[in-house]
Amino acid sequence: MPELTLEQFMAQAHAMECEAVERYTEFADMLETANNREVAALFRTMAGYETRHAEQILAQMGWTQAPPPPGLLTPPGMEAPEALPVEEAHYLMQPWHALQLALVAERRAQAFFALLARMATTEAVRKAALELQAEEAEHVALVQAWLAKVPAPDQDWAVDPDPPRYTD
Amino acid sequence: MAASGPTRAGQSADRPAPQAQAGLSIAIAGSGGSGVMTAGTLLLEAAAQAGLYGLMVRTSGPQIRGGEAAALLRLSPTPVESLDDRFDLLLAVDWQNIHRFADEIPLHAGSLLIGDAEGGEVPQVFLRTGAKTVALPLKKMAKELAGSWINMLALGIAGAVVGIPLQALEGAVRRGWKRPEAALLANLAAVREGMAAAEGLSSLPRVEAGPATEGRWVLSGNEGAGYGALRGGVRFVAAYPITPATELLEWMAPALQKVGGTLLQAEDELASVNMIIGASYGGVPSLTATAGPGLALMTEGIGLAVAAEVPIVVVDVMRGGPSTGIPAKSEQSDLSFAVSGLHGDAPRLVLAPSSISDCVATTQWAVELAETLQAPAIVLSDQFMGQSRAIVQKPALRPGGAQRLTVEAGTPEYKRYRDTKSGISPMAIPGTPGVVYTADGLEHTESGIPSSQARDHAIQLDKRERKLLRHDYGSRWADVEGGGPLAAITFGSATGAVREAVRRAAAQGVALRLVVLRLLAPVQQAAFDAALAGVTRVMVIEQNHGAQLLRYLRGMVDLPSRPASFHRPGPLPLRPAEVCAALLEWAGATSRAKETA
Amino acid sequence: MSDMLAAPALMAAQYKSGYKPIWCPGCGDYSVLASVAKALAQLQRPPHEVAVVSGIGCSSRIPAYTSCYGFHGVHGRSLAAATGLKVARPDLTVLVAGGDGDGYSIGGNHFLHACRRNVDVTYIVMDNHVYGMTKGQASPTTEPDWDNKLSPGGTGIRSFHPLVIALASGANFVARAFSGDPNGTADIIAQAVRHPGLSFVEILSPCVTFRPEQRDWKNLVHPAAVEPTDDAARAARRIMTDDGFNIGVLYAGKRPVYPGGGVPAKQAVADLEAEFAL
Repeated sequence: MPELTLEQFMAQAHAMECEAVERYTEFADMLETANNREVAALFRTMAGYETRHAEQILAQMGWTQAPPPPGLLTPPGMEAPEALPVEEAHYLMQPWHALQLALVAERRAQAFFALLARMATTEAVRKAALELQAEEAEHVALVQAWLAKVPAPDQDWAVDPDPPRYTD
Repeated sequence: MAASGPTRAGQSADRPAPQAQAGLSIAIAGSGGSGVMTAGTLLLEAAAQAGLYGLMVRTSGPQIRGGEAAALLRLSPTPVESLDDRFDLLLAVDWQNIHRFADEIPLHAGSLLIGDAEGGEVPQVFLRTGAKTVALPLKKMAKELAGSWINMLALGIAGAVVGIPLQALEGAVRRGWKRPEAALLANLAAVREGMAAAEGLSSLPRVEAGPATEGRWVLSGNEGAGYGALRGGVRFVAAYPITPATELLEWMAPALQKVGGTLLQAEDELASVNMIIGASYGGVPSLTATAGPGLALMTEGIGLAVAAEVPIVVVDVMRGGPSTGIPAKSEQSDLSFAVSGLHGDAPRLVLAPSSISDCVATTQWAVELAETLQAPAIVLSDQFMGQSRAIVQKPALRPGGAQRLTVEAGTPEYKRYRDTKSGISPMAIPGTPGVVYTADGLEHTESGIPSSQARDHAIQLDKRERKLLRHDYGSRWADVEGGGPLAAITFGSATGAVREAVRRAAAQGVALRLVVLRLLAPVQQAAFDAALAGVTRVMVIEQNHGAQLLRYLRGMVDLPSRPASFHRPGPLPLRPAEVCAALLEWAGATSRAKETA
Repeated sequence: MSDMLAAPALMAAQYKSGYKPIWCPGCGDYSVLASVAKALAQLQRPPHEVAVVSGIGCSSRIPAYTSCYGFHGVHGRSLAAATGLKVARPDLTVLVAGGDGDGYSIGGNHFLHACRRNVDVTYIVMDNHVYGMTKGQASPTTEPDWDNKLSPGGTGIRSFHPLVIALASGANFVARAFSGDPNGTADIIAQAVRHPGLSFVEILSPCVTFRPEQRDWKNLVHPAAVEPTDDAARAARRIMTDDGFNIGVLYAGKRPVYPGGGVPAKQAVADLEAEFAL
């Protein structure tokens, strides 16, 4: 674990949140194009939560703009922990599917910050990491509560009677 | 663009109030996997079972999946060849982006708008027409019938409005069903639910089958063209997929396997045209199908077929141009290119089917002409005919089988490109001894040896032109209907709207002759003179921006006086009302001119 | 075929039409014409059962110089025409001929796909590293530093390596020959015709007019040191590392061949109407 100052750590965390916002927004746009408004709106709501989280980091650090992330932390896997994998999108996905994806993403983020807390070399960074972990835990709870309220998907959720349209 | 002459005044070109037997126009719209295209197809199938005639056009947004889509149908007791001016029912499973289809689904104050209250707001553009709106809880109804799909509800509702018996609707669903039995029952229940929900909603007249229901067919223009090609003798197809021709190839691939032929997917259109030339050179009637951009790539190859006198057929399913244009919409804008787009003096055949049903006979004829005249034939179909499905009277079919003039083995002093009176010289088929020759794109002597001599060039140019001009095309070159001194001239898919417009004009006391061209190249002056005997004025009607047919005819043939034009480009289809308005205005202007003269 | 024993053997001369080629004296293509005639004589296929398909260029003039059925098509499309012909008429022996420009430049795409399809035709390219007919521009196989009017000082672009491309794309037989050895070339062509699938024979054929230095090729060519292999990887290694003058059959594989036409009819055309009729 490289030696990170608090500033560097928070810059990295901020960048992660921004990536999450981008990815949720991407999903929202994709689903909106496919006329799946309900799930698009859900992803926009998630993007909103991440945006607020990013703003919180700025406020906490007294930044108007975050410094560039040091890029010293290598997250596991090929992408940021909180980013939804694009290949998991399906134009007919229902809210239940969307929330399942969000749940996985938030849990990964939570685990990532827990790992960083354990490996922190300074008390300031450790404290910050634990705070962020707690924040992610809240997100996890939020998503779980939401999941409990949406119906399970129909058996035929992925069936589209119409074939794909090739318009070129 | 508007017809020539002053802006219209007075005369009504709109259709009279719906009569019991006039038919209905239905649009079923929805998005995001709601299956409205399927609903439309099933409705057409059911209408066929119920003894009706009809036409279905499909439209959608650009998304590959989940896009907004609509099935546009016209159902009638008598055959129909074009969409009507307005729709009587717009049934929207949801309203997401459906406003994008406003131009394609014109409504009127007598129309019925059925939508889902949960499906979003009804777009203003539809409400402004004054149509009667009804909200049904479609999504909720579909959810309550576990395992059913919302498009089946829609099918039931639309079927009830049209007056199609439940039996026919259920039959259509059953026949197309490929999924588990349990789901079938749920969806049949949905159809019944839909019918029940539509009870009392519509004051539109039901459509009932007329007397002539025997021997009807259901097919698309692309399928018809494929079948016509096989009837003509085609047994080799090489092609590259392109919208909106691909379904023609998809139909032909298994069909060729059944009747003993081959379809080869080429790497591009350059390969396609050269492959069919190679196969045809080998003695097998061959065909390819493409659209404007592909035809553009094929021009060099088509020129080779002209010069080497190898028969081929190229079906061009026209779409919005130029360049990539509007791939999924129809237009008649490849005409200029088809009749003149080859370098050098290169006479070739150009034909155009005038309806979905006519795709069969005209493609068959194109194959026969190509084989007889040893020349390339371009068949100008289009997206409207190619991709729309229709319930038609069984097309009148002639026995098929192209006859290529060949030479027998060992014929002495054989010259492949001998200058004959008809211009047609017998072809040696590879494998035949004693009459070996080399086919060439280079100008050549009568023996086929490359030549740059003036005499040889003149002989071969004359020969290649003469064989097309001297041929007796019979009466199939055009359909001439009606009489009188005023004539409308058109071709291809515009014919449906023009024919209906002419009928409406006649109902208002304006008699018009209609000339529907089927053979666009070569042009025979004598045939035109006969068709237009007694005609003092003509109006040329077409769906393109550049008035291509008008300009072509003016250059190629003498027409009585200065021709008028009604032309506008795609993507929207020509409608009977606008054509009728143009005709009436022109006829009125013409008679006024006569009075003041 | 039972007539074969009674009929007199076909001589190489019978495969030539006698028509005088337009090629420059000293052109390697004269030798190639002789090799083709010798090869066909080896195979004893009657000329009227052979078709020679070509594109545009000096080399593509060859069909009319044979007594076989010929098809002189447009630039770069000979393999497409030949594919159509062979699939429609699998009974014919189909030779495809052309130069390096016709085959590797404008014809490049069809070259890839013909090899990929592996149709049973023999593709002979007379490679002289130049566009001869249009008076001396660089071709895809021209050396990067060859000075010419359109690219003064040379194109600077790496030469195309057709044998590797053919092998990688799926050709079933890959060989290099040299027009200066007509008998050896005839043998290779005969082997190529006999071998199923797409048989690619690249024949180094000097252009005396625009590349007079190619007279030296006779000193550079040498027979391939090893036997032909059916192992594509091994063949690839050899071809990629040879000096471009390695003569012989370099790959003779067992790849599946594209089926010819002649599918027997299972039903009549009119039976298809059942699909439309109500």
